[in-house]
Amino acid sequence: MSHKVIIPIGPYHPLQEEPEFFRLYVEGEKVVDIDIVIGYMHRGIEELCEHKHFDQVSFLVERICGICSTSHPFAYVNAMEDLAKIKIPERALYIRTIIAEMERLHSHLLWLGLAGHFIGYNTIWMWAWRYREPILDCFEMITGNRNHYAMMKIGGVRRDIEDGHLSALKKMLDELARAADMFYGAVMDDPVIKARLKGIGVLTKEQAIEWSVVGPTARASGVNIDVRKDDPYGAYDKVSWNVIVEKDGDVFAKTRVRILELYESIRIIRQCIEKMPKGEIDADIKEIPAGEGIGHVEAPRGECFHYVKSDGTNRPLRHKIRAPSYMNVASNKVAAVGGTISDAAITLAAVDPCYCCTERVAVIQKDTDKKIMNGWDLIRLSQEKTERLRRGLGF
Amino acid sequence: MIKLLFNYLIFPGFLFSAVIGFLAGWLERKISARIQWRKGPPWYQNFVDFLKLLGKETIVPQGAKLTFLLSPFMGLLSVILVSTILGLSIRLPLESFMGDLIVVLYLLVIPAIALIVGASSSGNPLASIGASREMKLVLAYELPFILSVITAVIKSGGAIQLGLILNHQLSFGSNIISLSGVIAFIVAIICLQAKLGLVPFDVSEAEQEIMAGTLIEYSGLPLAIFKLTKAILLYTIPVLLIVLFLGKDLSPAFLVAKYIGILLVIILIKNTNPRLRIDQTLKFFWGSATILAIVAVILALWGY
Repeated sequence: MSHKVIIPIGPYHPLQEEPEFFRLYVEGEKVVDIDIVIGYMHRGIEELCEHKHFDQVSFLVERICGICSTSHPFAYVNAMEDLAKIKIPERALYIRTIIAEMERLHSHLLWLGLAGHFIGYNTIWMWAWRYREPILDCFEMITGNRNHYAMMKIGGVRRDIEDGHLSALKKMLDELARAADMFYGAVMDDPVIKARLKGIGVLTKEQAIEWSVVGPTARASGVNIDVRKDDPYGAYDKVSWNVIVEKDGDVFAKTRVRILELYESIRIIRQCIEKMPKGEIDADIKEIPAGEGIGHVEAPRGECFHYVKSDGTNRPLRHKIRAPSYMNVASNKVAAVGGTISDAAITLAAVDPCYCCTERVAVIQKDTDKKIMNGWDLIRLSQEKTERLRRGLGF
Repeated sequence: MIKLLFNYLIFPGFLFSAVIGFLAGWLERKISARIQWRKGPPWYQNFVDFLKLLGKETIVPQGAKLTFLLSPFMGLLSVILVSTILGLSIRLPLESFMGDLIVVLYLLVIPAIALIVGASSSGNPLASIGASREMKLVLAYELPFILSVITAVIKSGGAIQLGLILNHQLSFGSNIISLSGVIAFIVAIICLQAKLGLVPFDVSEAEQEIMAGTLIEYSGLPLAIFKLTKAILLYTIPVLLIVLFLGKDLSPAFLVAKYIGILLVIILIKNTNPRLRIDQTLKFFWGSATILAIVAVILALWGY
């Protein structure tokens, strides 16, 4: 087989749980080129935000992603506090940091499990998710929800963490630290895992910078970027921790970065519990002035960026969101080409993609590069399509 | 004639081996589930899965009707024949015919060939990748597997008849109780994993890469037949290994104990490894596995 065959991964494929479409051009087993098509799950969140008042937006952006569901509201409230120049209570900063780091823990374990599944190692999958479960229980205990916590609020947090909950949290962290030791040993010492992951899907430092990847994907390629260190928010400048950087840029390095970050997150949460002062958790904001603000946080997948512009009313005039996967998914164009189909499966997953957060739509006229659609055009399009469907079905 | 039909269709052929295969498949699923902190299915799960598939619509890709539909049956008929020959030679070692071992080895390749033929005829690109992987896999594991069988033949005084191999072991002890026997048995267990298409050698079905590959276009009855073939293989190949290497005492209780022992080893390997790539699989079988098997053959010739 020397001619090119197209192997479709998606739009619906058991490999990944979201709709995405990778068109692999293969010769035999070797991947020679790849097309990346995303955009199946565009929901128009930015437009929706402009129709909600500021307090509602934090709930809406929480729904952008189910996994990093606190990163988006966190970035949003950072942007709002930048806009309105709000000073928020110390305790709220610590609570935000604890929630964000717990999210990183569960997100990295989720990825570890999926990665195991993608290379056919279902035992790792089940074990990683089993150890993720107590974290979700802790979330439910503290916030009332397993996934959408609704903790972030402009000027503070919505709920306090009670002292009783803190001790349960500490106990969970101790157990998790032991689990992390186990995974570190199981993954790092397994010769077959090494054979599958070492030297696969390499993204060199130059390529990482060129394709502007963020988060663990960049750190695994030797790029030392982490918003938590570079532009500290929350309580990250009040605790001591390290940025994990690996040199190799392959899937194995990405796995290593994520497992080692588990330890750093545990360290951060423990220090936060120790240092957290008593007091208010909410600055009680009444008015949002006109102006613009930016906020970014280090989501488990990388930098999550929010920009908000306000004209003094109770709704954002413009809300711009950039999710980390938007930067990372494109790097597969260099990372996945040259390997085999088996390698492509794990390489595509190694950036920990999260497509729904990323989706954009822009219709560009071919010759002029001009945008010819706005939100209302899209709504009209959708209504026309509904009409067509109805007529077609004879309603 | 009626006795032959009974042997082929009921005991120790089709019905018996299918029931044992499904139960073994359940054991495999249940133990895997317990290893992975899951509950696992009830004991009748594989039976109802089979029945459910029978009731589903069979979708046939255009232009591939005959080969597509016949190949699952080709695989099934040959494994039934294997289980019949094996079962009869365990029960009545003296009635086995000359060279039945060779027949068994040939018949055991046919399910894989059926899979390749069926997948290729479907015309799906993912199925064709699965078929090419399955083909490479067959080429990879057959060499060390046959070498390890040859070791057992040498240890049994050159008999290529299952009954004679059993009788030889009855008087001189199991083939595994020797250095060459142990090595050949280990190689055979690894090949068994590949023959059954289990992790780490499930490349041809790799769900996450090529969406069940060879089986992607199959549905309904033909898919059920493939599943049934897999289940019977899960019974026949371990039993073949028992006959070749552990044939000293084959009273029912010992037979079951040995069978479950081999099954446990298979399940353990399956649950503690990721899937290998096809090139790594090929390298492994033609490299270390074949070398080990050759060493076993040489040791056997020297009498170790």
